[in-house]
Amino acid sequence: MNMHIRIQNEDFDVNDELEALASESSNVGALASFVGLVRDDDKLTSLTLEHYPGMTGREIESHVAEASKRWPLLGVTIIHRVGTLVPGDRIVLVAVASSHRGAAFEACEFLMDYLKTRAPFWKREDRGGQSAWIEARASDEKAADRWK
Amino acid sequence: MTLVYFAWVRQKVGTGEERIDLPPGVATVQALIAHLEKRGGGYADVFGNPQRLRAAVNQEHAGLDAAISGTDEVAFFPPVTGG
Repeated sequence: MNMHIRIQNEDFDVNDELEALASESSNVGALASFVGLVRDDDKLTSLTLEHYPGMTGREIESHVAEASKRWPLLGVTIIHRVGTLVPGDRIVLVAVASSHRGAAFEACEFLMDYLKTRAPFWKREDRGGQSAWIEARASDEKAADRWK
Repeated sequence: MTLVYFAWVRQKVGTGEERIDLPPGVATVQALIAHLEKRGGGYADVFGNPQRLRAAVNQEHAGLDAAISGTDEVAFFPPVTGG
């Protein structure tokens, strides 16, 4: 299985990433993807993401390894941005290639739920000079729990 | 040992990383939290409410009862909010 994990400040091109993932194997019959964007909540000025550089890559790799045990995957690309973003910006891409759609859809959702609840990223919201760290949501924990 | 902090934990303790000598008898994450709370100030604020904290030992998620030694990297941070 092909695995591509990148943590970066720069934006990414969704089409380029999907085409690259699909071209790596001749058996790809399904490509599922999720793109997370910065919402324009309550006059949000910017969203700043930090992470734990020593831990993030390995943590995400372990989730991808777990996904590939559960589903017959051909490739996974995960790109997560860090730094300061503004409403409308892309934050995260999870793309999964498989032979059939069921595995691709489910693994994509599984990976996103684990990114939300296990990968060491933190978001801070800035609104007109006021800063606040986003609190973890119980609904995200619940979403991840269903895969146990 | 190396301690690393993220998000509001980092802001409240006032640094992202520091080195400390592990005191004798401090052998778990929980005991380390109690030790750090005694430093007072921002530390008391952060480590006095451990239910709001998550930890990692050597860059893997760890529970309160996880064992620690003087050469470990221990991280403290709020529940994660990526994705």
